[in-house]
Amino acid sequence: MNELHLARQALTTEPIRKGFGRGLLEAGQKHEEVVAACADLTESTQMHLFAEAFPERFIEIGVAEQNLVTVGSGLAAMGKIPFVSSYATFNPGRNWEQIRTTIALNNQPVRIIGSHAGIYTGADGATHQMLEDITIMRAMPNMVVLAPGDSIEAAKATLALAVDRRPAYMRLTREATAVMTTDKTPFQIGRAYVYRKGTDVSLIATGTMTYQAMMAAASLAKDGVHAEVIHVPTIKPLDYATILESAERTRHVVTAEEGQINGGLGGAVAELLGENLPTPMLRVGMNDRFGESGQPSELLQHFGLTSTHIAMSAHRLLMDHSGHKH
Amino acid sequence: MAKTQKNYSVPDIEKKANQIRMDIIKMLEHAGSGHSAGPLGLADIFAALYFKVLKHNPENPDWEERDILVLSNGHCVPVRYAAMANAGYFSRKELMTLRQMGSRLQGHPERQRLPGLETTSGPLGSGLSQAAGMALALRMDKQQHRWVYVVMSDGEQDEGNIWEAAMLASKYHLNNIIAITDRNNIQIDGPTETVMPLENLKEKWESFGWHVIEIDGNDVENVIDACQMAKAIVEKPVMIIAHTIPGKGVDFMEYDFHWHGSPPNHEQAVQALKELRTLGGKIRSEHE
Repeated sequence: MNELHLARQALTTEPIRKGFGRGLLEAGQKHEEVVAACADLTESTQMHLFAEAFPERFIEIGVAEQNLVTVGSGLAAMGKIPFVSSYATFNPGRNWEQIRTTIALNNQPVRIIGSHAGIYTGADGATHQMLEDITIMRAMPNMVVLAPGDSIEAAKATLALAVDRRPAYMRLTREATAVMTTDKTPFQIGRAYVYRKGTDVSLIATGTMTYQAMMAAASLAKDGVHAEVIHVPTIKPLDYATILESAERTRHVVTAEEGQINGGLGGAVAELLGENLPTPMLRVGMNDRFGESGQPSELLQHFGLTSTHIAMSAHRLLMDHSGHKH
Repeated sequence: MAKTQKNYSVPDIEKKANQIRMDIIKMLEHAGSGHSAGPLGLADIFAALYFKVLKHNPENPDWEERDILVLSNGHCVPVRYAAMANAGYFSRKELMTLRQMGSRLQGHPERQRLPGLETTSGPLGSGLSQAAGMALALRMDKQQHRWVYVVMSDGEQDEGNIWEAAMLASKYHLNNIIAITDRNNIQIDGPTETVMPLENLKEKWESFGWHVIEIDGNDVENVIDACQMAKAIVEKPVMIIAHTIPGKGVDFMEYDFHWHGSPPNHEQAVQALKELRTLGGKIRSEHE
């Protein structure tokens, strides 16, 4: 994939939320109906760029996440495209029912932005490390669920959301993570992308874990295992075709996500394969546990969310389910 | 296509309210489930809204110049359906499909099923904040001549979301919101003041920065006057606390919280319709 930076020696890093902030500013410049509201975390969720450029289109809600999304629903009812942001642990963690009734069932194009998702939230501890957002949001009919893999993709996803008419949730990460895509890397809501071709195992990852999967694939190659890497920035609607096509060729699947494997991307892929193409698989992610305070790198290691864990899972799967010798 | 209200007199609107009550009884009896007390108590308010106060067009529910009416306490939607049918949005015959499979008239209102509903509601406490979002959007679009009405219950003011919205509307001086609280003093578990005291409700809203008008919500003229007065308050959002009698118009339902979530059976419906037809006994002697 010549559209990826991964061949370079030194990757730059940037928080995914920064891409959202830039994308929202650009969306605001391009589309007059784009408005924004925040629950007392304007700079933290990177909404300040929009708020400073368009003060008359920005609403400061205060620490009131139920109000945040229902005000958003009202704005959408009058033809606006509202982006409403807070931390994922509150939005959609605290206001799920309001989202269900007034946005999903009501089918209004509110963009629910959950920043500081995942274990990367680090030192703040388990209360602020939202790991269940993908699970609870993909259960909701009508809802689009996005987890961009880096800041460049987050900006593209934000611009795509500005012209989409479906209710949507997008998760963002606080800490700086690897920037692996370029302006030319394709992004479309509903599409999964093969970032590396392979024949032995499909590593299917979302959000920050796609980079880990790419690193895992490089390491597996040294052991003679040819891993395919599929990046899934849209968890719902899931790109069935791309995943099934890959699983059919490789016959082995490892999923990777920075969230609960129960009902997350791992759950979604297991559902798809279980009904259509039963395939041996392992899920890398949080396994029914809460996090704790610590440095992100320590936590990723402790909870098994690194490229090493993905590679180990691939080896285990191949050992258990094929004639591969390791 | 602009449409202004026909010039209904107060007695005309009172008759509409009575017709709405009879329709509610028939709908609920036919459906076999649903809420009786709230919709009956709100009939005068909905008759006043649909036949006098609201700028709307039943032939063009999405008319761009219309006023917005949000029903926050979605369980009271039978009164809205009955008012809409009587105003000409759809036939009164369709009212009898309430709560049936495939009906546009869902047990709780769903915007996408029936033109003329502005939102989907039922879970309590989120109507006022949606109204605030709508009012903000109208202000951004310089559509300040359009009003956002929101009807809410008293029991739902136990919900924190209401007070989040109260602060926001006050902060942004959303004077294009006219909220109406159906102060009927009952909720499912009993009287509001027993379940979770709301008083002093007027002072609560005033302390949140709202202008409060208290009225008799079963008096059509009172409702019309209060809405008119609310439009003259330019610096604040307005809360009309409308004191109503739950189950109003049906003697055995009035004031009884047990009717909050129950429909009448056939015998009770016959009795209720007889009372409503004779206007609560005022003209009974002519029939007996």
